[in-house]
Order: sequence, then C-alpha cells, then structure tokens
Amino acid sequence: MIDYKMELTQEQIDILEGKKGDTLRKMMETLVLFGDIFGAKRMVPVTHKEGHLVTSFGIPLLRPLFKTMEEINKEGLKAEGGFTCDPAPLDYENVKCNLLEKVVFNKILYGKQEEYTEQMLKAGLVDKDSFSCTCYLEECGNRPKKGDILSWAESSAVVFANSVLGARCNRNSGMLDLFGSIIGYVPEFGLLLDENRRATWIVEVKTSKVPEAQILGSAIGMKVMEEVPYIKGLDRFIGSELDHENEAYLKDMGAASASNGAVGLFHVENLTPEAKESGENLISPNAKKYIIDDTELDRVYKSYPNMWKKKDANPEITFIGCPHLTYYQLKSWCENIVKSLKDRSKNKVNGQVILTSAPKVKAKFIKENEFLYKEAYDYGVRLSSICPLMYTNNPLVHGKAILTNSNKLRTYSMARYFKDDEILELITK
Amino acid sequence: MKTFKGRVIAKGNFTGEAAVSHQGFNTLASFQKSALMKKKKVIVSDQNNKDLYGVDITNKILCLPITIGSTTGGLVIQTVCDMGINPAAFLFSEEIDSLAASGIVLAKVWQNSPIICIDKLGIEFLDTVKTGDKLEIKEDGAVTIL
Repeated sequence: MIDYKMELTQEQIDILEGKKGDTLRKMMETLVLFGDIFGAKRMVPVTHKEGHLVTSFGIPLLRPLFKTMEEINKEGLKAEGGFTCDPAPLDYENVKCNLLEKVVFNKILYGKQEEYTEQMLKAGLVDKDSFSCTCYLEECGNRPKKGDILSWAESSAVVFANSVLGARCNRNSGMLDLFGSIIGYVPEFGLLLDENRRATWIVEVKTSKVPEAQILGSAIGMKVMEEVPYIKGLDRFIGSELDHENEAYLKDMGAASASNGAVGLFHVENLTPEAKESGENLISPNAKKYIIDDTELDRVYKSYPNMWKKKDANPEITFIGCPHLTYYQLKSWCENIVKSLKDRSKNKVNGQVILTSAPKVKAKFIKENEFLYKEAYDYGVRLSSICPLMYTNNPLVHGKAILTNSNKLRTYSMARYFKDDEILELITK
Repeated sequence: MKTFKGRVIAKGNFTGEAAVSHQGFNTLASFQKSALMKKKKVIVSDQNNKDLYGVDITNKILCLPITIGSTTGGLVIQTVCDMGINPAAFLFSEEIDSLAASGIVLAKVWQNSPIICIDKLGIEFLDTVKTGDKLEIKEDGAVTIL
C-alpha cells in the first residue's frame, strides 16, 4: 500500500488496500496522493451526488481514458448519483463538414465516440441528452446548492458552481471527477475550505459601461491566474440580485477567467452568495489590486492575436455559445440576428452561423419559439449542442476563418474573438 | 552553478535542457496540436504563451510557475506520458496547481510513468533559469543550473 499522510476511515483504508478490487484501489490511491500534495487532512463525502465530467470526446489517442473506463465497466462500478458530461464533439446535421473533414473526425479524431458513450452510460451518464458544459442550468438539472461538495471537472462549470451557486469544488482534472463520483469522497483542501475561499485580489471595475463579459473574464484570469478575485463595481452594471441575465453574464465571464487563467472562484460585490453574506470580510489582508478601466479592457482585447491564414478573410463559420448559451441568450441571439437581417433586407447570414446550447435548452427553445426558430433557421442560423472546441480540433478546419464571441474557444483554436455587437455586424452585414 | 531546492512531488534524477515559461502554462492549449496529430514530439501550440509558443519541449525540463486552463489538463499530461512525448520533468516555482498535480499522480498510478516533478522552487529559480540552460535534477528535490 502507498504511504499516505491524511487520516482515512477504515472503509477508505480497505479500498486503498485493494479489498474492494484493483480499480477502486487505484482510484482511491489517485485521490489520496492528490489530496496529500495539497495537505488534505481527510476525505469528505460528496454531498451533491450528480457528477460532471469534462471528457466527452472519444479521441482514440486518449488510451488511458478508455482503458480506465474499460476497467470501471468490467468491475461494474458506477457513479451513485449519475453524471452529466461536457458537449459532444460532432453534429453533422447542423455543422456542415465535407467528406474529408468527416473522415478525419470519424476515423482519426473521434473514432471511439460511440464506444466511449456506451462506456459512460454504463458508468452512470444520465442520458444521451446530458452533454453540455452548462449542466448547472435549470433545464439541464444538475444544479448544486450553496455549500454542496462536488466532484466535478470542466473549468467553466466549476467556477460557476463555486462562485454563483456557492457550492464547493476544486478545479479537478478529467478522470478525478469520475473517481470522486464513484468513490463518493473527495480530498478536503483548496476551495473546499473557508480559508481558501477568501479573495487575494481586489478587482475594481471602473469602465464607462458594462464590460464585455468575455474580455473582463480574460483580463481577470490573465492577471490573477489561480487566485480568488473580489470584484467591485460590477454590480452597478449587472445588478445586485441574481437573475437569468446576470447569471449568463457571470457564466461567460467565469469561463474566460478559468481558461485564460485558472480562476476557480470569484466573488462579485453585492451579488454572488458569499459576497452578499460576508462582504469585504472575504478579502484577505494585503490583497493585491487590479483596476480595470476602458483603456485596460481595450489593451487586453487588442492583445489577442489574429491566427487566420488570410488575416482579413470573410467569416466562414461563426460559433456563438462557448460555454453553451442559456435559454434567454439563445432567444436573444436569434431575435437579434433576424432583426438585423430584416433591417438590411438580407435573406441569409454570412457563412455558417452556429448557436450552441445544451440539448435540453435547445429543445425547450424550439418548443416554445417555433416561429422564431423557423425564421432563424430559414436565414441560415443553425442550433447545435456541439462543443465548438472539439470541432476546431480538426486540422482540416484550421485554415478556415472562424469567428467566435468566446475567449475560451479563441484560446484553444485559431478562431478570432469578436465582441457580441461586432459578431452580429459581421454575420448580418 | 546555482542550486535551488524544492518539494518533491515525483522523484527522479535527470540532466537535461530547460524550457522556461514565465507565465502560467496552458496544458491543453500547449499539448493539443502535437498530441492530436500524433506527433513524435511536442511543439507548444499555445498562442498566448510568448515564451514557449513553437518550442519543442519533448524530454525537456519544463520550468513554469503553474499550469492554467482547461480541466482536461491532468488527463492531457497523463496522455502525453502514455505517448512518451512528455517533458522529462515539471519544475514549478510555486506550489503545484490541482490540474498538474492530477496529471502527475494519474501518470504515476495508472501509467507508472518515470516523470519527475518538483514544486516550490521559488520565484528566484524562474527568474534565473533560461530556456536552453542545462539543468541537473536530483531525487532529493535539488535543481542545479549547470
């Protein structure tokens, strides 16, 4: 048995000694060694039983992932509360691909997709409509409450759960998310503890108007990296009560801060649950200060490189919704695109325009907005639940001029980031 | 010659060339292109990393403050270890972050990888070491810039 430092219960020691099988032993060993690195004193129960996995993609190269899943299935191990998973990588119905691109997707990139989905279903995946990075939206149903302990991965979901819902989750890696969900315990350290949820940065928002969420998040992430920011001055733009609008804003801001940096938790003065509860008591002594004004936002925006082969190309594909759009964002984008095209007497959007949202959000939107959906569809807008990042992994699309309003997608692909109003202009002009 | 001492996360002895990132190292963005294309070496593909974009880090000693970005990070480290195109060692100036720690532990427990990892080497280490420097790593956590 490995040497370990934390205190374990007899049940946990039994697992570590292999009394419940070799796969569970390795899973427990991983969690214990992981916790020991950060000085965890014990393992604590996962109180929000439904997990969320970051690894949705059947990339054959990820041999360790499939081998582990195979072991989990073979031993009949399952996540007690089930789990949701990040978005699926393919959607040929709504995201057009040529034959060659499909060959690369099917044979090289995601050749194990079906097999992996079956493995996940056996291990506890809720259903085939549970693929979204926004599992915490009401439509998706995997929404923890304040104080819950989670075993999740997906950086944008973790930062949302911690910050907006007040749940407690570390920035776990893929694999460890599933291990914690199956074993039912996670090591207690980091963002699970009060002392690490205090802010070590004060971010003062002094802009003249509401900052673009994705640029504000990017600026914060690049500055504070993995530390916890306490954001002042944002509530005057987005309000002091959580609602669907500012939750969507914080979703996008948080995702950018987690991908352009490593933020796992932020507090927004007068708005997010812990900031409302404790106010400035959440700020550590000697917290560093970062002032964000119009000039700073502009500096950050202009620092993003243009990776397109032809720098001034016309848009070929536009992805809006990384992380996936909320119901209201989806509706608003459809309305705005349709209106803009009508105002210009145009009958089609420029290039492929893909709005991405969770399968259950998409279904609700189509059901409740039949006419708007049909109108947007006729103008060339497609709704998908794909992960845009997984699409851009295909080397054959690297030469394409891809637009996005996502700072996360920009970071992991050759896509160019534009602000929301710029994107609307570019796809409807 | 200057020696720094850190905390051993995964021990080993190794002498090799440094590749230094002064900013957070985005694991997915850095390894993504080479790993997906089944390359025999890793050329850093993170457009945001001014120090290492385009640099070959296979079997090098990666010197960094922490890793950042997607929570696939740990699995990505485990996978490049499985492929045998990983950096030989990760040397962190700060305390290792949770994603890199996951990756090192996954690679050790499930892949039995010989990857070396030391953290808490201090900011002076990162200020001193330069890409291309020859480093000697000892299993007690001592790192010497030769």
